[in-house]
Amino acid sequence: MEAVAQQIPLEHFLVLSAILFSIGVYGVLTRRNAVLIIMSVELMLNAASINMVAFAAYTSPAAFTGIIFAIFIITIAAAEVGLALAIILRIFRNRGTANVDEVNALKW
Amino acid sequence: MQVLLDNYVAVLLAGVIGFILVGSALIGSRLLAPYSSSRQKETSYECGMVPAAAPIRSQIHIRYYLFAILFLIFDVEAVFLFPWAVTFLSVGKAAFYEMVLFIAVLGGGLAYAWKKGVLQWK
Amino acid sequence: MTVAQGIFYLIAALAVAGGLGVVLARNTVYAALFLILALLAVAGIYILLASEFLALVQVLIYAGAITVLLLFALMLTRVGDLEETMVGAQWPLAVVASILLVGLLITTIATSDWPGDADGMITRIPFETLGEALFRQWAVPFEIASLVLLIALVGAIVLARDEEGDVEEAE
Repeated sequence: MEAVAQQIPLEHFLVLSAILFSIGVYGVLTRRNAVLIIMSVELMLNAASINMVAFAAYTSPAAFTGIIFAIFIITIAAAEVGLALAIILRIFRNRGTANVDEVNALKW
Repeated sequence: MQVLLDNYVAVLLAGVIGFILVGSALIGSRLLAPYSSSRQKETSYECGMVPAAAPIRSQIHIRYYLFAILFLIFDVEAVFLFPWAVTFLSVGKAAFYEMVLFIAVLGGGLAYAWKKGVLQWK
Repeated sequence: MTVAQGIFYLIAALAVAGGLGVVLARNTVYAALFLILALLAVAGIYILLASEFLALVQVLIYAGAITVLLLFALMLTRVGDLEETMVGAQWPLAVVASILLVGLLITTIATSDWPGDADGMITRIPFETLGEALFRQWAVPFEIASLVLLIALVGAIVLARDEEGDVEEAE
């Protein structure tokens, strides 16, 4: 395990991740097309992964759990996107819309 | 850091050159070619007729989606094969059986898809 | 500013631009293409953090396969044109909420002490070490991941497929 001098402070990566996460939150709150909401969720997942990898690289030279976590996050994201889009396609077939405001059969 | 960056300077350069190439082609055609847009031009061509007004439900079949998800699942499997191939000798038999189990589970998924006729293109 | 910092700011700007494109683009296909830009920029961030394998995984799975799936889903669920006609009426509230969130997070980051600051060194994990840990220490999560993928595949087939039977009967 070689150590390399890094001229970028850890905070820079954390701030980037915070900005990406907030953009994702904005997308989830405003987008109405279910597929676009999934895309915003992917942005938030990526922001979380950046945090994990940055902490793994800077704070624990011997342990690299963060990198393994990020690999599993990407794997689970693949499964999540496949299943979520299948559910959205099913809803579209049944109700003719992918707009989350119009899917309100369970609303009281 | 320096060693690491040296390996990727080529990638960065290729990206920048590709961006400039495509960008200059787009901008150049926009500057040189005559360009005018109208509503008539943007409608789809239907043999001189005005196109049918009703929105088309969807032009591609859901089968494409099922093939795409099969590709995604086996893409993930392929990614896990890289570290497996590199560490196969040092970890030994355990890694072999782990990967056999992993591929068998995903192979079960492929068999299910096959049995349900997802792979048939009718 | 060193070269590494310049490259970091370039990649970070690309990632933020891609993210803004995802949430602001009116055309849904453009939003998906901006997502590819953001994902590739995040792969660049992983390279700056010396985890090249993760960058490979990001490009292959995220930018390669997941976006294909998203584009297919966009095509399959479109009604009429590609524009998203409705953006929720609560967008001003959403702007306030996101700005408050990013302000809170950045304040927290700026006022906290992070252990890695002192030496500014990062550790480059060799690929072999990573793979060995994956197949020894993390063997059980690895097998569970295969089960999760299997369930996603079977679930997607069950959810999306029986419509095909109806279509065949209709034909």
